[in-house]
Amino acid sequence: MKTDEKITLAHGGGGRLSRDFIKKVLLRYFGNPILSELQDSATFDLTGNRVAFTTDSYVVKPLFFPGGDIGKLAVAGTINDLAVVGAQPLYLSCGLIIEEGFELGQLERILGSMQETARKAGVKVVAGDTKVVEKKGADQLFINTAGIGLIRKDRCLSPVGPGIGDKIIINGGLGEHEAAVISSREGFDFETEVVSDCVPLNDLIQGILKVSPNVKWMRDPTRGGLAAILNELVEGKPFGIRIEEAQIPVKEAVKGICELLGFDPLYMVNEGKVVLVVAWEDADRVLKIMQKHPLGGESRIIGEIVPEPEGKVVLKTGVGGHRVVDMMVGEMLPRIC
Amino acid sequence: MKYVDEFRNNRVAQRLSEEIKSLARDREMTFMEVCGGHTIAIFKYGLRDFLPPGIHLISGPGCPVCVTPTGFIDRAVALSRRKEVIIATFGDMIRVPGSSSSLREEKAQGADVWVVYSAMDAIPVARDNPDKKVVFLGIGFETTAPTIAATILQADRLRLSNFFVLSTLKTMPNALKALLEGDDMGIQGFICPGHVSTITGLGIYEFIARDYGVPCVISGFEPTDILQTLYMLTRQVGDGVAKVESQYTRTVKREGNPLAQKTMMAVFEPCDMEWRGLGIIPGSGLKIRDEFVRFNALQHFDVEVEPTRQEPGCICGDVMRGAKTPLDCKLFKKTCTPANPAGACMVSEEGTCATYFKYT
Repeated sequence: MKTDEKITLAHGGGGRLSRDFIKKVLLRYFGNPILSELQDSATFDLTGNRVAFTTDSYVVKPLFFPGGDIGKLAVAGTINDLAVVGAQPLYLSCGLIIEEGFELGQLERILGSMQETARKAGVKVVAGDTKVVEKKGADQLFINTAGIGLIRKDRCLSPVGPGIGDKIIINGGLGEHEAAVISSREGFDFETEVVSDCVPLNDLIQGILKVSPNVKWMRDPTRGGLAAILNELVEGKPFGIRIEEAQIPVKEAVKGICELLGFDPLYMVNEGKVVLVVAWEDADRVLKIMQKHPLGGESRIIGEIVPEPEGKVVLKTGVGGHRVVDMMVGEMLPRIC
Repeated sequence: MKYVDEFRNNRVAQRLSEEIKSLARDREMTFMEVCGGHTIAIFKYGLRDFLPPGIHLISGPGCPVCVTPTGFIDRAVALSRRKEVIIATFGDMIRVPGSSSSLREEKAQGADVWVVYSAMDAIPVARDNPDKKVVFLGIGFETTAPTIAATILQADRLRLSNFFVLSTLKTMPNALKALLEGDDMGIQGFICPGHVSTITGLGIYEFIARDYGVPCVISGFEPTDILQTLYMLTRQVGDGVAKVESQYTRTVKREGNPLAQKTMMAVFEPCDMEWRGLGIIPGSGLKIRDEFVRFNALQHFDVEVEPTRQEPGCICGDVMRGAKTPLDCKLFKKTCTPANPAGACMVSEEGTCATYFKYT
């Protein structure tokens, strides 16, 4: 980046520009072996334990949407970043940036939802900070949460990385969070039954790791969607991924919104989904465990790792053709999470 | 999903594929899909897998953002720098590079740029900001023109004095004529735009079949729509005939939408128009009639617009004519990406370069 360049919304959008920004600017200042892994959570040894640590800021607009609110999102999102590196989340911090004039009643509703989400996930909020900025200094409310968790030695990801023949599994339909948020935005005058999938996934994930030592890779497809995380997985690798559209779950109502607005579910934000790469011999067992969990009823094997084309994700379309699935082209809608 | 899945049926697609292959045999045929929506569908559903190797598809000038000339962007940028101006626009336009800036860059520096989903959404922006002047960027073809016309009529009824349209609206027939006049690609058939035709009807393509002997089939946007259209085009070529047919009968009426046509022509009149890549084409644009001149941003604002500068090496123009594909471009996927587009074809979802970037 040139120094006279300005930060645009796309730098925070989760697509290629965000990734370049992290690599070329942030890593230039903070680069170290732990951060440079660029995982959802940093993992490192601390006094004999394997620890996971992460932080995330939440700026979703509107603050309340079908299926959740900024508070639930701020707790679930950070828990999920810990959970997908194999950690059992333990403690969170909560930083509030509040615009002067924001209603206390609304704030309490949001705090209540944070409390409830944390309680259900078995996580405690143990540190916090509050800042109030003048009118227009922020838009209503921003929340930052940081989280810490422990990775148990008997419940971690396989040290063997993904390889040819491994299966790709997801725990349910794509696009529900993004569809719910945009349909509750001003200017979109339509009603939908879609609710955000926003939920902590630590229980589901711990349950999987308990039965299978052969989970090789795990990510939550948030910004940039399924397309982004699968592309990150194959980038520079001597294998590719083949997924089948007919196998990828997408709720009818989400499909409807996609048709109306020209969105592609592969690129949409999810806040309660996890994608796993599992050794083929363990895939059915993992799938069954997932399907028994309340958050995994719609789990499916959606594809596999294939020898070629190397470094690419190929989709077999519902109608029977093939195409490459690249990372997000262009920009995400802003402030979706 | 009902009324969608039926048009994405694998068995129907396979059957059409076999029919096309048996009609085409090993003949070479080149068809142009005029509309960017068709280009997307062809790539998104992997439809080339269904075609024999002799059938070539080339993309045409039917992406509204892509055909917008750089000078128009420069003018919008210049307007956005005015303190009293709010720019209201379809989202894609924000990222289109002008000569030295884009609306996105201006927005990051404080310009007031609003993304709207329809022209009508710009009306409340004007009403709620009486101390500002709202300029809507009127881009598109016969598809968006009627709604923009209706918006101007609405602004007139509301007596809004702070709403303006900067129009670069275009119409299809003379652009297709210009393509055929300068045709070095040997176009043997047009996949005609479904949405434009919904407004205009079939009549606007008659001269293509009659005077140029080139078959035209209006197509829907689902995979089996496009395959059926290709089957119909292949059959016309095989039979040695050229006529205008509609595959998209569930939407397109022979006479189009007379009300929309009337609304459009009440507010606009034909004019010469600059197309990126095609130059100035006589009678291929729509300008605001004198009766509504107070809504014409071109007349109202006296702004200095920088001299036009194109990114050296960008072949958007040739891509737009179908003469080249993005793969022929030195900048493609190297310095020109959707995050950092050199030309308009890389910006819009419907742009040929963006489609190649995303799906190949």
